[in-house]
Amino acid sequence: MLKGYLDNAATTQLCDESKNAIISALDCFGNPSSLHKLGQISSAQLESARANVANEIKADKSEIYFTSGGTESDNLAIRGAAMALKRRGNKIVTTAFEHAAVLSAMADLQKQGFEVVYLNPDESGTVPVSAFENAIDDKTILVSCMYINNETGAVLPVQSLKAIIKRKKSPAVLHCDATQAFGKYTLNPEKEGIDLMTLSAHKIHGPKGVGALYIKKGVRVLPITFGGGQEKTIRPGTEPLPLILGFAVAVESLGDKKANEQNALQIKEYLKNKLSEFDDVVINSPENSTAYILNFSVMGIRSETMLHFLEQKGVYVSSGSACSKGKASHVLSALNFNRDRIDSAVRVSFSRYSTVEDADMLYDAIKEARTSLIRSKR
Amino acid sequence: MREIILIKNGELALKGLNRHTFEDVMIKNIKMSIKSLGQVKITKAQSTIMVEPQCEDYDMDEAAKRIGKVFGIAAFSRACVAEKNMDDILAKAPDYLKEQLESANTFKVVAKRSDKAFEYKSPDICCMTGEALLNAYPHLTVDVHNPEVTVMVEIRDYGAYIHADQLPGAGGMPVGTGGKAAILISGGIDSPVAAYMMAKRGVELTAIHFASPPYTSERAEQKVKDLLSIVAQYAGPINFIYVPFTEIQEQIARNCPDDLTTLVMRRYMMKLATAIAKNKGCDALITGESIGQVASQTMKALAVTDAATDMPVFRPLIGMDKDEIIAIARKIGTFETSVLPFEDCCTVFTPKHPRTRPKLEAVETAENMIDGVALSEVAIQNVKYERII
Repeated sequence: MLKGYLDNAATTQLCDESKNAIISALDCFGNPSSLHKLGQISSAQLESARANVANEIKADKSEIYFTSGGTESDNLAIRGAAMALKRRGNKIVTTAFEHAAVLSAMADLQKQGFEVVYLNPDESGTVPVSAFENAIDDKTILVSCMYINNETGAVLPVQSLKAIIKRKKSPAVLHCDATQAFGKYTLNPEKEGIDLMTLSAHKIHGPKGVGALYIKKGVRVLPITFGGGQEKTIRPGTEPLPLILGFAVAVESLGDKKANEQNALQIKEYLKNKLSEFDDVVINSPENSTAYILNFSVMGIRSETMLHFLEQKGVYVSSGSACSKGKASHVLSALNFNRDRIDSAVRVSFSRYSTVEDADMLYDAIKEARTSLIRSKR
Repeated sequence: MREIILIKNGELALKGLNRHTFEDVMIKNIKMSIKSLGQVKITKAQSTIMVEPQCEDYDMDEAAKRIGKVFGIAAFSRACVAEKNMDDILAKAPDYLKEQLESANTFKVVAKRSDKAFEYKSPDICCMTGEALLNAYPHLTVDVHNPEVTVMVEIRDYGAYIHADQLPGAGGMPVGTGGKAAILISGGIDSPVAAYMMAKRGVELTAIHFASPPYTSERAEQKVKDLLSIVAQYAGPINFIYVPFTEIQEQIARNCPDDLTTLVMRRYMMKLATAIAKNKGCDALITGESIGQVASQTMKALAVTDAATDMPVFRPLIGMDKDEIIAIARKIGTFETSVLPFEDCCTVFTPKHPRTRPKLEAVETAENMIDGVALSEVAIQNVKYERII
């Protein structure tokens, strides 16, 4: 794995197991829908991949629908559920710092007349259960809440939401964008009361272009694309078998999730500790955030400048905010940070392959950046 | 069916004895713009330039698109070549004009007979052609006042040509006839438009870009190159010069008074640009400044900037509103690229309260607070060149 790569929440490097699976699957060209033998071979592979993914979240394989990735899964879940339930109510509850795939789908539903309530995170950096408690009512048909925020690593109280929905006599289905949690934590949507769950392959060292939506048995989602009936008509289109097999093998290769988390936590704490030497560094990730993400600001050094400086040193991170010309991060804005802090935000994110050495590379580079870079005047 | 492109030059026709020089440059530019599409023969006859493809499967659509962007051309048309006899003209016209006539309701035929030895006179040619077209497309009616399609039949010395309405050309003067100048390009909306406007007046462009990594990114540099390759569709190949500017900007930020940093920076850019431009044989600088747009573009600030160079500085956008500039940027296709959000060298070091009415002496004192001569030499030694086509 590439040393110094600390942008795993953006995407991860393909692991060897997944890469090999994809390469050999490229020869398995039969259309899974074909009735002949070649189709049968592909279909069998497809179904075994489905079982693998299902097994990871303790779901039944009939509850896994392959898609092109997180964005499509979010769209299918949100639009599909809203359309299926629109006769029962008009209200949707979500958070203000969801991924753009969720927020943009919501904005589109608003245009179509749905009422969407966006819950803001509080000072603790996450959205409290009480906010959901106040917002969800018997007209609410959909609640969408991410598991882990992709910019700050904040953990959201998804597991507590089904109880509220039931208590409020709401017909709502619960969607969870678990893109940043899947493969890192033991997820069990059935137990957690989650009806729809977005999963993505490329955040767990699998290929880009493939993901899945978990749809709990009995929950109705209307398709948003139409075609030849694949994926039980919920997501038609000839299945990209190599990507799906690459996805399944990436899931198989996750290893010990507890140990992986421990490793990430160790790196994160090590880094936090080292960065605390610097009086101009503030941590933006909340206290109870995931071990895999650390967001901080080196005050006065713009995110993009820092990013390019680090890249010169072979360290790859994300800028928390696009740049002075771009829009400020909606996540950090939702947290009410001041503009300077938002403009300087840097996100580092780990994977099971990250090491303390990577953290040291980052620390050394930041140390140098602090003395050599000009700070912005604002 | 053989197809050619007939090109009418615009303002050039007004030139006197040196008109041929202008035309020759324009022909060279036309050749350059369609070079990659394959062999063509370009001839000049009877105040028209003719482009004749020399191979069967020549991409005429693409050629027309490119020729539409060559400055100096007032109008052009794609035409079908016929033998100089009515039988061949009448045989070819209905087929060649199928697309235009099928989607129209009315038409008229205009004949132009510059070869007076041709057996029929213009009104006869019109009648015969009109009849043939009406027979082929019975849904049509003739309207000599407001036709939707005007069919032209041109009988020239070397052949007969049939075509529908002319397409508008890019106008202006052939690039290369207006001298050579260097555009200071940052990657915003304005400078590509300024470059386009000067190229339209026949100015050949060299582009100078100041980059300050890591404050600016490789993507910002790529963005500038992308913008230039759009401008190059009109302006022809552009010499791109990348000037490393980080050291100078850092020194300015560290040592000069805050409210003057932008002006000091602009002046160093002008000085560097002047040295580079002269070295490249340019006779002027071009910027995308428009009066009052930002603090460094007030009249007094521009005067301070201008004092840093002894070259003429052309600012074609000086009296334009942002809306007007954006309209041109959209028309020439640079807008979408210009608004991509990457830091460019102008935004990183922006002070909170820049001076809008600077005094030249104060700015000169400020700029001498750093070792500009030495830093500029290093910058010039490390410039990178690239040809953008």
